[in-house]
Amino acid sequence: MPAVYMDHAATTPLDPAVLEAMLPYFTTAYGNASSVHSYGREAREGIDLARQQVAAVLGCQPREIIFTAGGTEADNLAVYGVAENYARSKGKHIITTGLEHHAVGECFEQLAKRGYRVTTLPVDEYGRIDPEEVRRSITSETSLVSIAHGNNEIGTLQPAGEIGRICRELGVFFHLDAVQSTGHLPVKVEELNCDLLSLAAHKFYGPKGVGALYVRQGVRVLPQIHGGAQERGLRAGTENVPGIVGLGAAITLAEREREGRAQREISLRDRLIASILATIPDTRLNGHPRERLPNNVNVSILWVEGESILLALDLKGIAASSGSACTSGSLDPSHVLLGIGLDHATAHGSLRLTLGKDTTEGDIDYLLEVLPPIIQRLRYLSPIWPGHKNRSD
Amino acid sequence: MYNEKVMEHFQNPRNVGILEDAHGVGEVGSAACGDIMKIYIKVANNCIGEIKFQTYGCGAAVATTSMLTEMVLGMPLEEAELVDNRQVADALGGLPEIKLHCSNLAADALRLAISDFRSQHHG
Repeated sequence: MPAVYMDHAATTPLDPAVLEAMLPYFTTAYGNASSVHSYGREAREGIDLARQQVAAVLGCQPREIIFTAGGTEADNLAVYGVAENYARSKGKHIITTGLEHHAVGECFEQLAKRGYRVTTLPVDEYGRIDPEEVRRSITSETSLVSIAHGNNEIGTLQPAGEIGRICRELGVFFHLDAVQSTGHLPVKVEELNCDLLSLAAHKFYGPKGVGALYVRQGVRVLPQIHGGAQERGLRAGTENVPGIVGLGAAITLAEREREGRAQREISLRDRLIASILATIPDTRLNGHPRERLPNNVNVSILWVEGESILLALDLKGIAASSGSACTSGSLDPSHVLLGIGLDHATAHGSLRLTLGKDTTEGDIDYLLEVLPPIIQRLRYLSPIWPGHKNRSD
Repeated sequence: MYNEKVMEHFQNPRNVGILEDAHGVGEVGSAACGDIMKIYIKVANNCIGEIKFQTYGCGAAVATTSMLTEMVLGMPLEEAELVDNRQVADALGGLPEIKLHCSNLAADALRLAISDFRSQHHG
């Protein structure tokens, strides 16, 4: 049976070249980067190089990069770090959207409980925000606007550069959650006009458990983890040297391959979307048709439930994802799908297929071969499928 | 996530379909919560003579309804209505904890089908 991995937004395989770069830091160059001796210096050099590599891709200074234990920690540090640090000098008003990853969204919820005023920007049917809405929401007490560059579920891209320009004009810090877009789209901080930017290595063929936060020089974040002077005192704890080295190698490799890979993925993506919509009745595309991550397909398939689609696909060797309640681990389907105005049933029927650098035309062919009969079978099982009335048997 | 027996019922659900001339129909759940189980029965000699089901929902929802139809086929109504959701899950060799409450409602649908039958034929 074929093995087709179409869940690259969840995580990607480690590139063998990245593994190669990491390996010595587990076994021979195992020093603590804070140590004075040669072992420590070797580890320090590995971290320094990685910091330069990340800075080169973001177009910033190496000292503006803080390594973290992943995208979630980077998001937490950005949101809490800025909101708490500027609560007195600027105020306790913070702005976001209802479609953020929980790593940002739940920070806002916690801050709301602690007395911060939160503005949740409205989005259109594709999940896009109007930059002018950002301008209208900013007050003299606003410290932070935090928005995802590319949505992890529906793939919709935000007009980040324009939002950032407005924030800068009005003196408000702009955090861009670029966990899904880094390695897939250009993420030059000067073009995006952001003051903070989060990224995670495992989303672009690097290792899990390591990420980074860009913090523009002059912006202060209050540290969230205490107990050491690492990362200029902003992130305590002995550095994950192999992970950081892997992040540096992965982002360099991803940047080199990015344009060609994105073009390939867009062509596979658009073929997949068009074919699903054409061959399976009662389906809809979720997210923006063009302004979307190169590798993201998200469709709702009416009258069936997402987890059952995933189980059936898995039995055929295809790994995918859904925003149904069963897969979100709660009783409600994904807040992103509800946030763009889908009703619960349409959200429960969502299927996310995220492509990667190893995805082939053959993989798309295979998916398009096995998906329609799966849907047909599940619809036949479904009491809400209107097609029963038209059946002759 | 699911054991082999659950997956087997998910792949090859028993008694799928509609009984056009059912004596009783029971339905639980809603599209909003992501699970709907609908059970159709025909009664013969006070026993479940025929049973069919349709389910919209996750793997557990499909497997539990399928399992239940197998368990109660041929059973006297008084016995069938005592089957509870826990017994269905046990017959499947267990379900993930999170599924025990939201997707394990087949026995409730059957009880509704039996009471629907009674209200039509004895009420």
